[in-house]
Amino acid sequence: MQQGGCLTGSTTTDRIQKEIVLSAPPARVWQAISNAQQFGEWFKVDMTGVTFEAGKPAVGKMTYPGYEGHPFEIVIDRIEPDRLFSFRWHPYGIDPKYDYSSEPMTLVEFVLEDVPEGTKLTVTNRASTGSPCLVAPRRSA
Amino acid sequence: MSQADASSRKKRLEGAAPVFAALGDETRLGLVARLSTGQALSITRLTEGTALTRQAITRHLEVLSDAGLVRSTRHGRKRLWELERARFELARRSLDQISDWWDGKLADLRAVVEG
Repeated sequence: MQQGGCLTGSTTTDRIQKEIVLSAPPARVWQAISNAQQFGEWFKVDMTGVTFEAGKPAVGKMTYPGYEGHPFEIVIDRIEPDRLFSFRWHPYGIDPKYDYSSEPMTLVEFVLEDVPEGTKLTVTNRASTGSPCLVAPRRSA
Repeated sequence: MSQADASSRKKRLEGAAPVFAALGDETRLGLVARLSTGQALSITRLTEGTALTRQAITRHLEVLSDAGLVRSTRHGRKRLWELERARFELARRSLDQISDWWDGKLADLRAVVEG
């Protein structure tokens, strides 16, 4: 595990990166990440009836203990079978007077790589992003 | 995670949320980088080298200020901007939490694909 970025007193980097090797073939890992229902199983989101499509929003309800029922909304970015899956989240709106739809969304990217042990998975989450991992994105404060 | 843990963690993360929103923009990250030397800078200095107007830069600084990441002080007719270091320390700790959160998520993914 590596943490690719953090904020310190004097420097700023903008991402958290995780690398793991899974004892399963890329095709299996790909299903678990890119199939909405399977994704929901481990990401703790109820994705009933949802299909991930590049460029399209996907809306579910969190099942994470303590956050049950919170809306979970992402926009699928890229789907490249067995290799790359990414989606975007809106960062929190913090100023009710400001239109955040013009703000860049934050990106979560899964990259799969076939390795002798199974699949190497690299997850990159831009740090700006951070909090929406746990709580529902808000449009305004 | 127990309900109580989840609730206190949520509270901490919500506190940090405006920080990450404020930093979720390249211009603002650039401003933070410029200010990271510790020197207080004027709008004129902060606008130099960007394609933006002073008004646009001011608005970005105000977003950072609302998130507690920068503060401004008046020096005569000049307003100087500098970083709020304590807020960055808080943000760093929040990033550690998010990093831990991803570790948990990936452990769950492992259980699903290796199970």
